[in-house]
Amino acid sequence: MLNFKLLEYSLSSLWRRKEKNLALVVVYALVIATLGSVLLLTHALKTEAVMTLTASPEIVVQRMLGGRHELIPIDYAQTIAEFPGVGKVTPRVWGYYYDSLVKANLTLVGLAGYHEQLELLAGRFPQAPDEGVIGAGVADAFGPQIGDLLVLEDSSKRRTEFHVSGIFRSQSNLLTNDLVVLQEGALRDFFGIPDGFATDLTVQVFNPREIDTIARKIAYFLPDSRPITRDELLHTYDSLFNWRSGMMLAVFMSALMAFLILAWDRATGISAEEKREIGILKALGWETSHILGAKLREALLISLTAFIVGLLLAWLHVFVLGAPVLMPLLKGWSVLFPTFDLPRVIDLYQLAILGFVTIVPYLACTLIPAWKAASSDPDDVMRG
Amino acid sequence: MIRSLVCLSLMGAGALVLVALLWQGHVSRPHEEVLWQQKRDLVAVLGITDLSLSSEARYTRHVSQADLFSAFQDFPAAFEHFPTGSVIPPRPAGVSGRVIFESQQQARP
Repeated sequence: MLNFKLLEYSLSSLWRRKEKNLALVVVYALVIATLGSVLLLTHALKTEAVMTLTASPEIVVQRMLGGRHELIPIDYAQTIAEFPGVGKVTPRVWGYYYDSLVKANLTLVGLAGYHEQLELLAGRFPQAPDEGVIGAGVADAFGPQIGDLLVLEDSSKRRTEFHVSGIFRSQSNLLTNDLVVLQEGALRDFFGIPDGFATDLTVQVFNPREIDTIARKIAYFLPDSRPITRDELLHTYDSLFNWRSGMMLAVFMSALMAFLILAWDRATGISAEEKREIGILKALGWETSHILGAKLREALLISLTAFIVGLLLAWLHVFVLGAPVLMPLLKGWSVLFPTFDLPRVIDLYQLAILGFVTIVPYLACTLIPAWKAASSDPDDVMRG
Repeated sequence: MIRSLVCLSLMGAGALVLVALLWQGHVSRPHEEVLWQQKRDLVAVLGITDLSLSSEARYTRHVSQADLFSAFQDFPAAFEHFPTGSVIPPRPAGVSGRVIFESQQQARP
């Protein structure tokens, strides 16, 4: 049963050094908020990638020339389509467009054929060569509405006008933010991509278990090609947003180091005042185990408060404010950057690890010096 | 006694809020599944292979399509090829424009 008198004693003890303990809780909570933000953000981004990109093409085939990505002949599609188990092979035309006015890179995608209306598209897909659909990031940066004109300079620096026939809704920002979707023929003319060539090929594979085999066949029969399977694609995002690797490791490790310095400061000794207090308690008849119990309660009060406050701050930072502290890491020099509507998903296992790597070392660092002082002679301890 | 109760109540309330938020994030909700499906439909139609996160370079815009094995590889977190790459800044912003948006009304003569 919880002994309120002992808890009251621990609270009084903490209150006597309130400035120091308050500062400790603030720093401790900020460290946990930083670590927690990294975990929440990376898990949310990874979930977004895994949940959406499972619908991406089973295999994307690029052509490599001189160690670089090159346009692929559409004839290759015929070769691949003849492999057993392969469904449709679709040439894709897409590329990048740099806007020197706002210093932004746009991704231009060519869409062939007619497509049904999508929920995440306000307006409709382009139905004429002079129509285009843009992402919310492009719309925010340049301010056009549906029906306005989009003027781009093509590969020969000629002014080309497209009517904005639709804008992707903001819920799809993480997928479509910088996209400009045009009809395939229009984009081919725009980039000057010759007929008979495409940027890459997408390959439909009926049986998911055959994807790797077919990818190996493609690489064997078309040696200058580079097949990228959907598993590789998902694995890329898994490793990119894994908290143990990738860009987030730097933040994670910095925060962890800051915490270790904090814990080390605690472990290297307790103040003369605390030592005197322990000596008095021993002289009054407290046993070592009682003193350790009191110190454990104090450490638990501090670390649990910091953990709760830290995680609540991390939640607010990532899911309410959109992780403004961590976003510059992902943004870099990007001009078009999506406003995040991150999925509020949690990995309890990761948070349990976070609790373990922050609370347990702190408890140990508090108890060890207290135990040293408590096991000494009270007279020596009080005299310092 | 009162101090203990206040302290425990505050910690308990904080823990409850935290557990509620975490639990909300841990369980999946039907309306979210609908949104996931809508996003998957979009990915399937456009053949999207990457998240539109960082558009500063082609190998960060399309991470999964980046070149993995060339001698001077362009890849996220790749080592800088040349020492000068880390000290020479990008070109200053210019003013020449390429993309111009005009409303239809303004575009008409």
